[in-house]
Amino acid sequence: MSMLSVENLSVWFGGGRDRVDAVKHASFSVGVGESFGIVGESGSGKSTILRAILGLTPDWSGAISVDDQPITKKRQKTFYKIVQMVFQDPYASLHPRHSVDQVLGETLYLHGFRDIDARVVQLLDDVGLGSKFRFRYPHQLSGGQRQRVAIARALAPEPKILLLDEPTSALDVSVQAEILNLLTDLRAEHNLTYAMVSHDLSVVGHMCENLAVMKDGEIVEIMGIDALRNNQPSHPYSKELLAASV
Amino acid sequence: MPLLDVENLWVKFPSRQGVFDAVRGVSFTLGRERLGIVGESGSGKSMTGRAILRLIRPPGIVTADKISLEGDDLMLKSEKEMRAVRGQRISMVMQDPKFSLNPVMTIGDQIIEAYRLANKSSKSAARIKSIEMLEAVSIRNPERVMRAYPHEMSGGMGQRIMIAMMLIPNPDILIADEPTSALDVSVQRQVLDIIDKLVTERGMGLIFISHDLNLVADFCDRVLIMYAGRIVEVCDADKLRDAQHPYTRGLLNSLPRLDAPRDKLEVLKRDPAWSEAPSVSGRV
Repeated sequence: MSMLSVENLSVWFGGGRDRVDAVKHASFSVGVGESFGIVGESGSGKSTILRAILGLTPDWSGAISVDDQPITKKRQKTFYKIVQMVFQDPYASLHPRHSVDQVLGETLYLHGFRDIDARVVQLLDDVGLGSKFRFRYPHQLSGGQRQRVAIARALAPEPKILLLDEPTSALDVSVQAEILNLLTDLRAEHNLTYAMVSHDLSVVGHMCENLAVMKDGEIVEIMGIDALRNNQPSHPYSKELLAASV
Repeated sequence: MPLLDVENLWVKFPSRQGVFDAVRGVSFTLGRERLGIVGESGSGKSMTGRAILRLIRPPGIVTADKISLEGDDLMLKSEKEMRAVRGQRISMVMQDPKFSLNPVMTIGDQIIEAYRLANKSSKSAARIKSIEMLEAVSIRNPERVMRAYPHEMSGGMGQRIMIAMMLIPNPDILIADEPTSALDVSVQRQVLDIIDKLVTERGMGLIFISHDLNLVADFCDRVLIMYAGRIVEVCDADKLRDAQHPYTRGLLNSLPRLDAPRDKLEVLKRDPAWSEAPSVSGRV
């Protein structure tokens, strides 16, 4: 059974002469509780796949299904109860004039929860911040703490799938380790399914069971993590990428 | 005599909560070698690079017993004299090419301007030289790039253009502040190879500032590890993986590794004693 499946997905921007095909005929599926990585260089379309799943790109074709339900062009409200995203840059993805309490409280309210007070405290505990951070503003937090708030916000509607777009690339290695550990713990606690984009093969190797390698909008190879560890990718581009990163 | 000799460098920023010391009594020397400075954000590594060029503006305060460039103390120079040092004898490559190139000038005009400031030459001779420089940094069709504007370039191209511009005056020292962190791994290699080739061919000294331990271990000859504005450890780059200081060890252990999978990554536990301990000297 697959939690998230993408069939023949193409995404494009613009039209006519200026049309750019960002993703071409991508297919993959992620099982329940699995973690799937997407790697590739910038411009290869890896983030675009996540944005297409979430409905942030207007033009796409193919089939996406979540929890065995095919999704429609216009996302239903229930969709966002299942799928949530954590963005790359924690400095840009939090409203600078909303306190942590407002960020989480508003998300909870919009998703129909009414025991907001208790849930905000619970969410902050879940991501290891604690309630003393509740009334702080983003500029009073470090990069790692902001990313924890972004993760708490994504967890608010109790989703089943988290889409992670380079969740640690803006952070120091020591903070990266903390966030990756947090994501590992949360996956176990909440039985989450992850789709994670990263340009860092060792991060994907640490977090995921399977990964797709992308180049120029196409998935050139899908392999298990053991193939990556044993240094035996089959596609020449994956070999090149692996050689460049170790 | 070393190319650059820095002794007891401090960078301070007065703030409402008192004076913040970004760099606290750092000493090191640089010969014709590749010297890496690593540390987390906020450890003072970029500030050290900027302080050498006296690029820290008030209210920031820079003090040092000496910053001597081949026996010439930079601390005693006037702002006007510093202008003959910056770019000409010490060049700096910044992190993000997007913010370091002039967006409303073609790349050709910018390189020609840089060349003519360094050398007395006619415009046409400067143009030929500029095209040669672009070729030296492996840009395939330099004629087209000369006519292009910075926004038409990718990150890797932009960074190579910056390097070309910095190398025109043939400086003695190149300070590279995270020159590759905005780039992809594949492009990163190319840019490093170019820097490496230029450094060895011209016998320059290189200060390479980075947060990436593996990269520095591969690329540099000697490494200074900074924590909270001080140097906590100095070691040869090829021995970085056997480093002794708990901070360095912690950083190394917090990296996920493909060859050694673990369920949990080690988290760095900070000891207040690290920031209290006096700075280790990076002089040779």
